[in-house]
Amino acid sequence: MAENSENNAYWSANKRIIGISLVIWFICSFGFGILLRPMLAGIKIGGTDLGFWFAQQGSILVFLVLIFTYAAKMNKLDKQHGVDE
Amino acid sequence: MDQFTLNLIVVGATFALYIGIAIWARAGSTSEFYAAGRGVHPVVNGMATGADWMSAASFISMAGIISFGGYNTSAYLMGWTGGYVLLAMLIAPYLRKFGKFTVPEFIGDRFYSQTARTVAVICLITASLTYVIGQMTGVGVAFSRFLEVDNTTGLLIGAAIVFFYAVIGGMKGITYTQVAQYVVLITAYTIPAIFISFNLTGNPIPPLGLFADAKSTGLPILETLNGMLEDLGFAEYTRQTDTTLNMFLFTVSLMIGTAGLPHVIVRFFTVPTVADARSSAGWALVFIALLYLTAPAVGAMARVNLIDTVYPNGTTEAPLAYEQRPDWVSNWEQTGLLSFDDKNGDGLIQYVGDGEANELTVNRDIITLANPEIANLPGWVIALVAAGGLAAALSTAAGLLMAISSAVSHDLIKSQINPSISEKGELMSARVSMAVAIVIATYLGLNPPGFAAQTVALAFGLAASSIFPALLMGIFSKRINNKGAVAGMIAGLSVTLIYIFLHKGWFFIPGTNSFSDSDPLLLSIKSTSFGSLGALVNFVVAYVVSNATEEPPVEIQELVESVRIPRGAGEAVDH
Repeated sequence: MAENSENNAYWSANKRIIGISLVIWFICSFGFGILLRPMLAGIKIGGTDLGFWFAQQGSILVFLVLIFTYAAKMNKLDKQHGVDE
Repeated sequence: MDQFTLNLIVVGATFALYIGIAIWARAGSTSEFYAAGRGVHPVVNGMATGADWMSAASFISMAGIISFGGYNTSAYLMGWTGGYVLLAMLIAPYLRKFGKFTVPEFIGDRFYSQTARTVAVICLITASLTYVIGQMTGVGVAFSRFLEVDNTTGLLIGAAIVFFYAVIGGMKGITYTQVAQYVVLITAYTIPAIFISFNLTGNPIPPLGLFADAKSTGLPILETLNGMLEDLGFAEYTRQTDTTLNMFLFTVSLMIGTAGLPHVIVRFFTVPTVADARSSAGWALVFIALLYLTAPAVGAMARVNLIDTVYPNGTTEAPLAYEQRPDWVSNWEQTGLLSFDDKNGDGLIQYVGDGEANELTVNRDIITLANPEIANLPGWVIALVAAGGLAAALSTAAGLLMAISSAVSHDLIKSQINPSISEKGELMSARVSMAVAIVIATYLGLNPPGFAAQTVALAFGLAASSIFPALLMGIFSKRINNKGAVAGMIAGLSVTLIYIFLHKGWFFIPGTNSFSDSDPLLLSIKSTSFGSLGALVNFVVAYVVSNATEEPPVEIQELVESVRIPRGAGEAVDH
């Protein structure tokens, strides 16, 4: 039983990290790149606006940071809960 | 030395390299054939995944589509990279823990049903085969140009080479060959981009060049391009002309399709641990991002150079006379992918936004390959790009064929039709199914449903609507049962396939479509974007059916618990 509740805690923590990451993922791609682009139109960058930059460049950089952060956080979490290999 | 000979030498040298590696690492046992014995380092695996991932769609086709579509085509950039976030967090680590060889195997075990496994095989084959059609389109473009033949001949020669290439090696051959292919393709993609970015803006780093000032006008390059396009009656490059709804759904479809494509997922079966599966996804995206950050610059700058070629004295002056056209125009005319029709009979090349008056037709798929020629770069750069395009198309076609053949031989024949089949017989059936897939894809590739990247986007929609939801629910829910999963996959795949066929023709046969993407059936939703709605249908059907029927058995709930925990991943077992 003890192992089971430990595993459940691990899984909840994993889901929490995923949840936060996916909120950022959504805001930086669908948000800034598409839905919120009209709101960001005032911020100019290199002949266009911030929304265009996020759609064609910024979102990709954010994705990279997100995956490596997730991998690092999970490695720590694996050790904390004693489920690492 | 003329360009043709140079192309042959460079392309021939890279091919010799891949084939050499494939023979050196020639697959022996079935375990090696499918998953390279699981000894692949995350960085190496990431690079190979990058090559596997970046196909003719990314290399040959995407920059051209961006070049003509501007901001509206951002979905390709966000979709095909953002999917890796989903893959790293929602799919790859758990499937690695599960530790089997194929995606249908997971679906079959998790949903304790041979029917589920068979349905997964059908979904996999439908998506992968559509994907291969897109690759064949790209292969056709690349071969027709560098062998200086028409598009159909180029496609047939390309298909023969893909066949020979995919059938000799297994996954292990492919892992190391793909590292070599990655190096060739990324070098080929970035070198011309660096030259062009430096020529146009003085900044040699293409992603920075895209937002820098053009030397010719002193204004930002995107503003310069917008001005040129406006003069000629085209839509501004940075303006949104597609609907927000379609852009949104298209991006969703490409992202979740990325996380549901079996030929990408199986790459994560080949790393030693669950932690490696997560970081592998990150490394894959690093190598992919090198191309994806360069592509928008290539697209915008190619458009500037194209317009500059046609309007050497500026867009407000008279265009170039057809008689004075540069060599690259006549070279591409040979392939039939670029054409000039002197509608007003003045001998000048009118390239304008108004379709009635426009005289120059440029196939989007030639932009990346023609780019170095348009920019007057040296001959070896042109040859290198031809080699890169072929590397991209070959590596992905091989990975896809691998996924198709393992689904047929491992998930259908070995597990259901004839369990006593020998290892030799299994390898044989794998190779036969590859051959059949190539023949079908080549036939359909002769009249493709769209530009390479668009056809590939359809494949993503199919994976998004069928496989991704089943995997996600299989890992994150213990309540979804066999009936729910099967009903969900069938519903998601059918509705998406029907929507695509209604717009692109039944079985992609031209002329059998009832609607077109310029005037789609539902609101402004194009067939390439429908996968996201298909996925929604899949989720809803699976949820409703599961809740109306019995809970999965206890041992299945325990299986779900175990894939969520990294400890104990060990070697994969064959059964």
